[in-house]
Amino acid sequence: MKHSRLTPARLTLTLLVLSGLLLITVILSLCFGSTSYRPWQLLGNGPDAALARDVVLELRLPRTLAAIAVGGLLALAGALQQVLLRNPLADPYILGTSGGASVGALLALLLGAGVAAVNLAAGCGALLSITLVFILARKDHSNSQARLLLTGVAIASFCGALSSLLLSLAPDGLLRGMVFWMLGDLAGARWQLALPLLLALLLLVWPLARQLNVLSQGAQTAHALGANTRKLQWLLYFVAAAATAIAVTTAGMIGFIGLIVPHALRLVLGHDQRLLLPAVALTGGTVLLAADIASRIILAPQQLPVGVITALAGVPVFLWLLQHRGVAR
Amino acid sequence: MSHLLIRSLAIQQGERLLCQDLNLEINKGESWLILGENGCGKSTLLATLAAWLKPAAGKILLNQRPLKEWAGHERAKEIAWLSQQDDCPFPLSVLEKVLSGRHPHQGPWDWESQDDLRLADEQLARLDLSDLKHRDLATLSGGERRRASLAATLAQQAPLILLDEPLSQLDLRHQQQALSVLREENQASRTLLMVSHDPNHAQQWASHVLLMFGDGQWLAGPTSEIMNSQNLSALYRTAIRSASIEGQEWFIPLPR
Repeated sequence: MKHSRLTPARLTLTLLVLSGLLLITVILSLCFGSTSYRPWQLLGNGPDAALARDVVLELRLPRTLAAIAVGGLLALAGALQQVLLRNPLADPYILGTSGGASVGALLALLLGAGVAAVNLAAGCGALLSITLVFILARKDHSNSQARLLLTGVAIASFCGALSSLLLSLAPDGLLRGMVFWMLGDLAGARWQLALPLLLALLLLVWPLARQLNVLSQGAQTAHALGANTRKLQWLLYFVAAAATAIAVTTAGMIGFIGLIVPHALRLVLGHDQRLLLPAVALTGGTVLLAADIASRIILAPQQLPVGVITALAGVPVFLWLLQHRGVAR
Repeated sequence: MSHLLIRSLAIQQGERLLCQDLNLEINKGESWLILGENGCGKSTLLATLAAWLKPAAGKILLNQRPLKEWAGHERAKEIAWLSQQDDCPFPLSVLEKVLSGRHPHQGPWDWESQDDLRLADEQLARLDLSDLKHRDLATLSGGERRRASLAATLAQQAPLILLDEPLSQLDLRHQQQALSVLREENQASRTLLMVSHDPNHAQQWASHVLLMFGDGQWLAGPTSEIMNSQNLSALYRTAIRSASIEGQEWFIPLPR
C-alpha cells in the first residue's frame, strides 16, 4: 500500500481519527452488555438512570479502561519487538516474557492462591524470564539479533513445556481456571496499574521514534547515523518486555493483538515510528475493546474469554494480511 | 593537518589477522581507493574507521582527536559510512531513506525541514533517482537500492565519507555517473575512502590507493606510484596487464 511521507499535519490528523474511533468504541462498550443502554438514558435524574450509572461506572468503566490499557500495551510491545528483531511478524510473546508469566500464574493457581497472588506470581515469572534472556543474550553482536531471538524462543518453548507440565498435574477442579487464565480474560482485570504504565512507556519511547526509524534500517546504518545501537536495542527489549509482562499479568495471555495491530497499521500508515508508536497504542486499545464487547454480547448473558475472540478473529485477519502483502510487493 | 590519521593499526576478524601495523595519513579532499581480494579486510577496515568495530591494536585520530572519544551524534556529523547492508524489512520509500541521512543534524523533536527536503531532492537528482522517489525500497533492483543508500549517505553531508562497494552492483552508465558525483564531493573538499573491486576506478577517480593483501601486508600511496601491473598481479594473485588507451593506463586480467 502506498503512503506519503509523514508530516506533523498528517500525524495530528491520523491520531485524532484514531482517538475518535477509540472514543466511539468506549461509548459502545459502556452501553452494551447484559443490559443495554442508550447514552442519554444515563443522564436522567430518576432511579433508573442512577442504577444505569452505577452499572456503567462500577462495572463497565473499569473493564473498558483495562481493555484499553492491555490492548495498547500488547500492541506497543509488538511494535517495539518488530523493530528490535527487524521482523515485521514478531509478536510480544516471542521472547518468552509471557511464557515466564504463565508458568508463575499457573503455579500460583495450582497452589490455590488468590487473584492478587496469581498476578504477583505472573509478574515474578515474567521478570525471571526477562532477566534470564538478557543474561544469556547480552553479548549478541550480530546484526540480526539472532542470539536474542533464539534465546528468547528457547526460553519461551521451555516455559510452554513447564506450563503443560503444570496443567497435567492440576486436579480437575483447578483446571478450568488455569485454562481460562491462559486464554486471556478481562473479567476482573484492573486498569489502575496498566493504564498509567502504558502512558509512561509510550512517553519513554516516543521521543526516540526517529532513532527507531534508523534502527529499523539495520544496526550498522543506525550506528553510522549516530545512534547508540546497543543501548537502544536493550532499551527496546526491556520496554517491550515490561509492557508484555504488565499486560499478561493484568489479563492473561491475550493473543494476536500484539502481532496484528502493529502489522496492519504499518501497511496502512507506513513504518514511521513517530506515528506508528502512538497509533498502535490507541488502536490496540480499540481492537481489544471491540473484541471484549463481542465477547460480552455473542453468547449473552454468558461471557466468553476475550482471548478466544482475538484468536478466532485474529487468525483470518492475519492470513488475509499475509496474502495482501504478497500482492503489494 | 591530517583529516584521518591511522597509527600502527591492526584489525582482526576472529583469529584471522587481516591487517598489521597500518600507518596512513589521509588529508582533506583526498580520494582513497581500497583494493584487495574477497575477505582481505576491506570492509572490516571501513567498519573500524566508522567506529563500529574496535581495532585489535593501534590508534585512529579523526581531526587530531582519538576516534573512540567521539560521541555517536558528533561522529555522525563528521563521518558518513555506507556499509554493504541495505535491506530493510519494513516499508520505506526512497525519499524517506534519503531523508534519514539528515538524522544526525536534527534534534529529537525536529521534523525534516525544507532545507532537508531540498538537499534530499538534490542527491536523488544527482544519482538519477528522482523518478523512483516515492517507490518502496523493496520494489527496487539491487543497483537502484544501492544508489538510494549512496544518496542517503551523501545527504548526511559529512566531511569524511566511507563507502563500502557503492558501485559493484551498478551498470556502467550509473557507475560513471556515481564516479562523477564522488569527484564533485572531493572538489567540495570532502575526504572519501571507497572499497571497490575494479582497479580501473583508481585511474578514473582516486588520488591515493591502499592495497590490502589479506595476510597483514599492505601497500599505500599516490595512485601513480602504486598502480602498476606487478603490484596488481601480486594483489589478486592472477596475471594482470596494463594497456594504454589515449594516454590512460587500463588494467585487464588475462585469462588463465
